Amino acid sequence: MSAILIKVNGRIHTVDVDPATPLLYVLGDELGLRGPKFGCGLGQCGSCTVLMDGRATRSCITPVSAVGQSEIITLEGLGTPEKPHPIQQAFIDEQAAQCGFCLSGVMLTAKAFLDHNPQASSAQIEHAFEHVLCRCFVHARMMRAIERYAQTRRV
Amino acid sequence: MNSSLSRRKFLKTSGALIVSFSAASLLDPLALAQGPFGTHMSHIDPSKLDSWLAVGADGMVTAYTGKCDFGQGMYTVQTQLVAEELRVPLSRVRLIQCDTSVTPDEGTTSGSQSTPINFNTGGLAQAAATAREALLDMASRRLRVPVTDLAISDGVISTRAGKRVTYAQLIGGNRFNLALNPAAKRTQPSQWTVLGKPVPSMDIRELATGRFEFVHNLHVPGMAHGRVVRPPALGCVVLNVDESSVRGLPGLLKVVVRKNFVGLVSEKQWQAEQAARQLKVNWGPPVVLPAQQTFYDYIRQQPSRDVLVVDSQDTEQKLAASPTVLRATYSYPYQMHGSIGASCAVADVRAEKATVWSPTQSVYPTRSGVAKLLDIPLDNVRVIFTRGAGCYGLNGADTVSYDAALLSHAVGRPVRVQLTRKDEMAWGENYGQACVIDQRAALDSHGSIAAWECESWAASFGGRPGYDHPGNVITGLLVGFEPEPLVPQRSSQPTGELRNGHNLVPSYLTGCISGKCGGAGKIRSERVLAHTVKSPFFTGPLRSPLRLQNTFAHECFMDELSARAKVDPIAFRLRHLSETRIIDVLKAAGQAAKWDPRPSPQPNNSRTGTATGRGVACVAYEGDNGYVALIAEAEVDQVTGRVQVRRLVAAVDCGPISNPAGLRNQIEGGALQGMSRALTEEVTWNDHEITSTNWATYRSLPLGIEVPVIETVLLNRPGAEANGAGELSITAVAAAIGNAVFDATGARLRQVPFTPVRVKAALDARSAA
Repeated sequence: MSAILIKVNGRIHTVDVDPATPLLYVLGDELGLRGPKFGCGLGQCGSCTVLMDGRATRSCITPVSAVGQSEIITLEGLGTPEKPHPIQQAFIDEQAAQCGFCLSGVMLTAKAFLDHNPQASSAQIEHAFEHVLCRCFVHARMMRAIERYAQTRRV
Repeated sequence: MNSSLSRRKFLKTSGALIVSFSAASLLDPLALAQGPFGTHMSHIDPSKLDSWLAVGADGMVTAYTGKCDFGQGMYTVQTQLVAEELRVPLSRVRLIQCDTSVTPDEGTTSGSQSTPINFNTGGLAQAAATAREALLDMASRRLRVPVTDLAISDGVISTRAGKRVTYAQLIGGNRFNLALNPAAKRTQPSQWTVLGKPVPSMDIRELATGRFEFVHNLHVPGMAHGRVVRPPALGCVVLNVDESSVRGLPGLLKVVVRKNFVGLVSEKQWQAEQAARQLKVNWGPPVVLPAQQTFYDYIRQQPSRDVLVVDSQDTEQKLAASPTVLRATYSYPYQMHGSIGASCAVADVRAEKATVWSPTQSVYPTRSGVAKLLDIPLDNVRVIFTRGAGCYGLNGADTVSYDAALLSHAVGRPVRVQLTRKDEMAWGENYGQACVIDQRAALDSHGSIAAWECESWAASFGGRPGYDHPGNVITGLLVGFEPEPLVPQRSSQPTGELRNGHNLVPSYLTGCISGKCGGAGKIRSERVLAHTVKSPFFTGPLRSPLRLQNTFAHECFMDELSARAKVDPIAFRLRHLSETRIIDVLKAAGQAAKWDPRPSPQPNNSRTGTATGRGVACVAYEGDNGYVALIAEAEVDQVTGRVQVRRLVAAVDCGPISNPAGLRNQIEGGALQGMSRALTEEVTWNDHEITSTNWATYRSLPLGIEVPVIETVLLNRPGAEANGAGELSITAVAAAIGNAVFDATGARLRQVPFTPVRVKAALDARSAA
């Protein structure tokens, strides 16, 4: 165990954990965050996704020691139910969820990708989601929501 | 604690419920973690209005339901139902779902039964209608005006002269003390103002902003973390567990062994995960599994429990006399629920009392299973539904709830158990059944079907535990409970009414038993025989259990028959159907898809390069629980065998539509989930163990595909009973895609999934023929 400082959703936290602990467990168990979820623990599905300095990162396979000075943003760090972030608003507007367990993977992958590639074509967007799963198969609505967010980035 | 007391306390103390409100603190803080517990098996009497509904002192209507929301929209639509019947805004209703200490026992939330049970003239709907009429009666007495002269708006009852009384004034905080009134009138769909409207999902804002509390997010004070250590291969038993292999590991609290169940508990999750990896267990030898390559032949050879569903006793003779007889065999693999989140549960077992926060579809049966596993009185167990990842049936939710109860019991502290992905896929869930289906039918000289025979073999083992069989899921078996046995039995001649709950009988048959016909079709010469054999793997209800497998075989075979008759597939179906509701969805789908009537295959397609085609399938789900027709347009790369679905058009009729927005979401999701199951999903194994244990080895279509255009046509039928809807589109989609591939290429696919290798083989067989 050792005391580790991490910056999450704009606040600096000190956690006393084994440095090899996956970031996901620190966010969920130590900080009580609900956005990132345990889906597979293998980095295959995306449910645990967080933004690390703006890049979509799978927190289930990222040891907390690898975070260093980077800033972590989780789904709840983007916006609130009263004031959702535009990507969150797009998903609400399109009713793009069923169980909603996968949303960190879908929404944060979309945000990170489009923020860095605002002019991406739909084929490029599809490519960015080759390893993101939604088992309720809300694909059509999610892709519409992502396209809606993409349009806000293009102007 | 007396349950009615806790309910009263809850009514008086709780503020407005927000969906993400922590389940760990949902009830009175004093009752947190432990209790309140039941006082007898059915301590919440479903025949009493107070078991279903209460009006608080603040005028809030609290409804208690035994049907819960896993993402299929039951939270929103049941809130609509209560708001509609009580004439209050949605914001004035709070819904409490599936908690054995406060909600009535409505069994399992499954099988497309939530709408039939709670939206017709029983359950929650009848309770809400009873409450409305009771409130009107009370107002009539208080205001001294006949009920017929009263109007309700927004929870206020008023007379024409302007005298008013609110629900809160009439009953706020008190019990109705009334029985459910079977004569209470449901509000007619023509009068609906809240039901029948497209109400957006009430939890999406919480979900999209990461506030929603799943069972995975639950924190119970003092909670430790558990992991299970499952056998390395099927049939292995524990010889011994070497506890010294993990001795001294940081945070380790206990290694727990009970017969073949092995698990451990640590202070932190990461510690538990590492200890589970390090724990040395000596396991006995595995069993040898039947080879996957020849599995469909294997299951035909096994002792079976047989059901002759329908038999006109003249098929043999008709088949012998017909000029054209077609035969085909279809096979369908084991598939997984494959929930996106590996299952998780939290249990707190102390002083012989157990509270389990569980993502189960069946809180009361799970309560019963936990009581059996821990050998404690039923009254001492409380199970609180806490949502997990979408389950689509019997995923690992029940088994992980047992795991959590066992581990918490062993350490006397609350324990959260998270299954690993491999635990879930190889040792957690009950797979959708594999089966093989033989079809045989005759065409008469006019090209109509003269006789149809169907014989199927489905592999089954375990299933839902229900109230009595914890051994039906993995953890129950590991600790020593036996699964329900499969007793081989020959079938007798069918009697009584047609039972087509598994869609064993194709929609085109009359389904006549002793002159009484329950089928949706016109074919009188009919025989359907179903064999159930023992599966080497646990199986259970996966979204559209057996209905999908059977419909795949029936609807593809119907397509083969229409092609042989050289008749358009929709026209050919219509020729053999008698039930209006399936006829209507079939016509509606054809119209929406701008179907071009002609026989399949497409006559002008080249046998090389890329070819496109369209296919149709339809079904009367479970015989009479919803109707769907689905048209798929697909593109086939005849070089690689890759199938690309371009468009899916689904027309559905599930009676009066309660929430068209939620319904569309279900139809769309079901269509694409069905497409993934049709194209890529298959459980695999070797001599001893499951080899599809993660998303690299069990393929699910990712978000990054060219998503087909999906169109849904909703046929509203306000005069009919409310049917299920969540399993409609998924049931038809595999057949529709298979038929589209045939239309495009002339190659017939008879085995799911339609992998490029299998499609290529079918394309090659075509040129060889």
